[in-house]
Amino acid sequence: MPAPENQLEVRVWRGGAEGGYQTFQVPRLASQTVLDVVTWIQRHLDASLAYRFACRVGMCGSCAMSVNGVARWTCRTHVEKVCDGERMDIAPLANLPIIRDLVTDMSAFFDKWARAKGQFVPSSTRKDPFALVPPDSRARAAVDAAIECIGCGVCYASCEVVAWNRDYLGPAALNRAWTLVRDVRDAAHSERLAAVSGDAGCHACHTHTSCTERCPKHLSPTASIAGLKRATALAMLKGAL
Amino acid sequence: MSTRSEARAWLAQRLSAAVLAVCVLVHLVTLIVAVRHGLSAEAILGRTRGSVAWTAFYSVFVVAVAVHAPLGLRVVAAEWLGWRGIVANFAWLVAGIALLGLGARAVLAVAL
Repeated sequence: MPAPENQLEVRVWRGGAEGGYQTFQVPRLASQTVLDVVTWIQRHLDASLAYRFACRVGMCGSCAMSVNGVARWTCRTHVEKVCDGERMDIAPLANLPIIRDLVTDMSAFFDKWARAKGQFVPSSTRKDPFALVPPDSRARAAVDAAIECIGCGVCYASCEVVAWNRDYLGPAALNRAWTLVRDVRDAAHSERLAAVSGDAGCHACHTHTSCTERCPKHLSPTASIAGLKRATALAMLKGAL
Repeated sequence: MSTRSEARAWLAQRLSAAVLAVCVLVHLVTLIVAVRHGLSAEAILGRTRGSVAWTAFYSVFVVAVAVHAPLGLRVVAAEWLGWRGIVANFAWLVAGIALLGLGARAVLAVAL
């Protein structure tokens, strides 16, 4: 049955992995975001609906959900851009265990950042002079192109390789590793390249570019992963891997 | 396989792909040119028998195939069928050796 005029028929995932969709009627408003819709449901129709958000302005990366089958940051996604007019499906992010409703367990996602050695390892101490990194140097330009990741998990949920290989580090962790591989101040390049190599690392990427297509920050994890492939190949030829 | 071996396998597949890109192109162009004058076993053997250049070319072609195909299928089987581990790796090694043997047999057949 079609939704009444100025109403949106929204199907929202409820429960855990074995759950299902529950349908709600939500008033259609101007400039309405998907997060507005979810919040309206929780405040007016069902207070038990679980979902995550914090900043509401595209900085914190906590409100990502699957909207009509596509992972998106919901606070910056306008309903009119993703909805055919009357209906919308909202589900938790794919490739992550569902805790409840629209909330996923992000542990595996962030554990993989650690596995990819996503921590900066300083090569100098506080007693040394400041490192001078020319902003227009190639290394710094590569870092700049990839550094603005907000850790929303959209790329991870969109990646087919993650779906096939649960050990695969995923686009975000590899993108983070790439920013450190190109950081001239970092002291753990060899260890990091070893951590991101192999069947679960950059070499598993098929360059489907779903991550790049869907990244809300318009980053290119695909380019970062290609950079890691080049860097590991060079390190291997030099005997440093 | 170790991380280093995985990275080596990836590099070997990429390098063999680059070789194959050239080999396939030369092979297809040769095929098209040869067919213009009628394709016969005699014409082929007349071109290849005793030719060091064609023997070397198809030897490289066969080695590249023997490296590239098993490594690619190994990844497909790992992702789609979950075939991983030492037994799967050994099976793909055997497949590569078999391809190398069959290819070498074909090269020798037209070269000698």
